[in-house]
Amino acid sequence: MSFSNDSLHFQYVVSKDDFTHAGSASSDVKNKLKKMNVDAAAVRKVSIAMYEGEINMIIHAYGGTIDVDIYEDRIVMCLKDTGPGIANIEEAMQEGFSTAPADVINLGFGAGMGLPNMRSNSDEFNIESEVGVGTTVTMTIYFNPA
Amino acid sequence: MTVSELIDKNIFTLLNDGGNHDTALKGCYCCDLLSIAMGHAPEGCIWVTVMNNVNTLAVASLAECGCVVLACDVVADDAFLAKAKEQNITVFKTDLPVFDAALKAHECL
Ligand SMILES: Nc1ncnc2c1ncn2[C@@H]1O[C@H](COP(=O)(O)OP(=O)(O)O)[C@@H](O)[C@H]1O
Ligand SMILES: [Mg+2]
Repeated sequence: MSFSNDSLHFQYVVSKDDFTHAGSASSDVKNKLKKMNVDAAAVRKVSIAMYEGEINMIIHAYGGTIDVDIYEDRIVMCLKDTGPGIANIEEAMQEGFSTAPADVINLGFGAGMGLPNMRSNSDEFNIESEVGVGTTVTMTIYFNPA
Repeated sequence: MTVSELIDKNIFTLLNDGGNHDTALKGCYCCDLLSIAMGHAPEGCIWVTVMNNVNTLAVASLAECGCVVLACDVVADDAFLAKAKEQNITVFKTDLPVFDAALKAHECL
């Protein structure tokens, strides 16, 4: 596949509380990257980071959209939800911090490792949030040259 | 050991044959917290867990686990089995507790 300056763009809609399809956007991106022969280490980082972000949009937010741009050397994932927003981002970013309710914990979520995993697996990580408006997380992961 | 060899050992009950018979199983991994498993389950592992909902399968697929073993006799419902089939994930079950199940699988590696 050839790229110029532009990227391949994909958009995914993520719905609140839709645990049955949770991970389907991440899975789709992973399969696309594999088809493009992106190195396995980068694919794994993308899978982890995007899955955690997708889950957060389902568990903690009211759903939203994920915009994915794949360039020759990197992928940029922009996860934008429609609220409720995060009051204290520094606290939310801490390992082990979680406000997940009991029913979500019973499904195996709520370890408080999502945001830390997203940051550590990204080469560039940015989170912006406004209470009552929503949260936008942008993550860039560079591919390793073959 | 490959997935098909683990099936043939008959130490666990096969719930879904994911068709990945030649996948090399490289070790066992035990965890029930999905974020921890997502970040740490090694590719090609035998993932032993009691977490029997479809999100386990999403993580198994993304982390490229070799197969999933549901321990402690937990029940796989229809939604779980349908998802395993759809995602081509090999799933076993056993009445053994998590550690014993992993130990038994480990001894076959
Ligand atoms: N998209 C989001 N919208 C609102 N709150 C969020 C969002 N993502 C994360 N949070 C908050 O940050 C906390 C930590 O998130 P995370 O590290 O992924 O852990 P967990 O999802 O296991 O709770 C969450 O419990 C929640 O309070
Ligand atoms: Mg999370």
